[in-house]
Amino acid sequence: MTRTDLGMPAFPEAAREAVRDGVLRANLRHATHTIRDKRARAVAELADWDRLRAAGKAVKDHTLRHLDRHLLRLEAAVTAAGGTVHWAVDADEANRIVTELVRATGEREVVKVKSMATQEIGLNEALEAAGIAAYETDLAELIVQLGRDRPSHILVPAIHRNRAEIRDIFRAEMGRWGRPAPDALGDDPRELAEAARLHLREKFLRAKVAVSGANFMVAETGTMVVLESEGNGRMCLTLPETLISVVGIEKVVPTFRDLEIFLQTLPRSSTAERMNPYTTMWTGLGPSRGADGDGPSAFHLVLLDNGRTDTLADETGRQALRCIRCSACLNVCPVYERAGGHAYGSVYPGPIGAVLSPQLRGTGSAIDASLPYASTLCGACYDVCPVAIDIPEILVHLRERVAQGGPVTRHGIRVRIRPAHGHTAERAAVRAARLLLDRPGALRAGERLLARARRLTPRRLPGPGRAWTDTRELPSVPAESFRDWWTRERGTPQ
Amino acid sequence: MTSKDRILARIRRAVQQPAAQTGPGPDADIPRDYLRVHATRTPQERVDLLAAHLAEYRARVHRTDEDGLRDLLGRLLADAATVQLPPDLGFGLPSDPSLTFVTDHAAQTPRDLDRVDAVVTGCALAIAETGTIVLDGGPSQGRRRITLVPDHHICLVRVPGQVVDSVPEALPLLDPGRPLTWISGPSATSDIELERVEGVHGPRTLDVVLVAAPDPRPDPDPRPGTQ
Ligand code: SF4
Repeated sequence: MTRTDLGMPAFPEAAREAVRDGVLRANLRHATHTIRDKRARAVAELADWDRLRAAGKAVKDHTLRHLDRHLLRLEAAVTAAGGTVHWAVDADEANRIVTELVRATGEREVVKVKSMATQEIGLNEALEAAGIAAYETDLAELIVQLGRDRPSHILVPAIHRNRAEIRDIFRAEMGRWGRPAPDALGDDPRELAEAARLHLREKFLRAKVAVSGANFMVAETGTMVVLESEGNGRMCLTLPETLISVVGIEKVVPTFRDLEIFLQTLPRSSTAERMNPYTTMWTGLGPSRGADGDGPSAFHLVLLDNGRTDTLADETGRQALRCIRCSACLNVCPVYERAGGHAYGSVYPGPIGAVLSPQLRGTGSAIDASLPYASTLCGACYDVCPVAIDIPEILVHLRERVAQGGPVTRHGIRVRIRPAHGHTAERAAVRAARLLLDRPGALRAGERLLARARRLTPRRLPGPGRAWTDTRELPSVPAESFRDWWTRERGTPQ
Repeated sequence: MTSKDRILARIRRAVQQPAAQTGPGPDADIPRDYLRVHATRTPQERVDLLAAHLAEYRARVHRTDEDGLRDLLGRLLADAATVQLPPDLGFGLPSDPSLTFVTDHAAQTPRDLDRVDAVVTGCALAIAETGTIVLDGGPSQGRRRITLVPDHHICLVRVPGQVVDSVPEALPLLDPGRPLTWISGPSATSDIELERVEGVHGPRTLDVVLVAAPDPRPDPDPRPGTQ
């Protein structure tokens, strides 16, 4: 199964630490507010945003409904273009496949493009255990790797570090990994970026093997798509002789044309740009099958399940598989802003992490059982999501599941989980609920949304939230919508 | 049972569809009522929008015609000694004797390219609404690495013919079988305290030259040569 951060404290404990850390909170607040405001402007530029969003949702839903077909089509197209397709049921299998592929090249090091999927499976650690060094090349990922740290945001993973810390990390660590940082390295972001450029260029120029993920895979043509900003992606995708891409099975889209939707919605939702600086698309080994020296001469695609088919089996939860990892939901989330990315105990932080991790990994651990409670259900995440994932609906559904038990699919088998009564998981969840529901306004917003979320018209919050509502009169649902409430409480709606 | 079979079986159980005849499904259930373009523009307005959006991303935008191009390139390459070229740029070059031109060939290693000062290429098309130029490895563009490793990329766009309005207009003109590189401004990062820094790994300087010139000739050879 997925690498769970064992020993990871449940959400409320981890969050409490972050809430106490003033610097971290200030950094996060600055970052999330800056990106969310820019995003709102980028989105407002497109008069048809709602239609693009509906189309993106429909394409993803359609794909998930016929996922077997599209994966087979993808495999055929990639193979026809000279690539090799591998299927990995879980993290261990994916790691084994990649390790073997690297070993077969005789190389002891690989360069990596930022990829959530490879972080999810703990690929770097698996490679290290096999004596293979994996170098992260995205600037933020480099900072995280050199600092022996964990990413805290999907888009800007080192957002919890300030420039002075980054300078110290570069000075102390770069020399151990390759070209050292210049002696007089200062903390100007320009200087720091230049140090990273020099440090990594050496690695790019000699790299023989690269590992990437992908934002999209086109079933019809076998085309892989990677969006990025820095050019490290282009370096990894075009210079080495062997390219290995590890991609979750939900990343497939049916047709090349479908990209016209996501290439408009993803950059604007993510970096708030009309378009990100670089996008690379490649199909197998290209028209010459690798003979022209343009790009790798060997391409391997590892299709990763690792809990995705289990998630697909849940009718309410499966919509989380529509996610295109834009991180817009993080930037509007009042809980993420308070708690920081690390509290979520997985590579997927924020609202999407709160619904994805407990589905990919199950709710067996304290952290995973508490994640569905890491929310006030205010609904801001749903409003900004470019594929309209109703995150609050999934959260409520997962809370019920944790508290009351019920049918789930684990490793492809349908089982019934027992209610978490008296369980450590429930205690963790109750604490999460308390931590986050300590503002009546937030609870009211949650209630409003619950009322909106068809299935339940609760007098009491389901699950551990009940412990809270049992002792308090529930505020009557305000006449205003949660969007109005949001506007009043937190400023401009997104 | 292979992992492939296992994953496919799990999918079919999960969506409760029998194998095989779960057709790709009618595309009709996908609402495509979004806009093809976000405004009606004259060719000139399209070119102006492209220029404005590229400049916003801090690409340096220049305008000229075929007669003025040689001089302009001479100025843009004033600091360069070695200049990388694709197999067939399709435009005349400055005859400055201090410039050494290198044509893309398969034996050129990334290290060779690292010693080049600048690269001049054409493009497959440009997208006004997003401020994007797209390269597809055609003869005027060469292999992807030649526009990546050198620190200065000069990209020539024939206007107005190579400029389309929008992403939906661009995709049908591109061949997904070819390696495609979409470029919207120079390489950039905001990873350190969200402060934008141009130029991390890709070329730090991107000059886009809008050349008033007829549409490119149809590609006689779909791949860059290996001379
Ligand atoms: S859930 Fe939606 S908003 Fe959040 S990262 Fe995924 S696509 Fe973006």
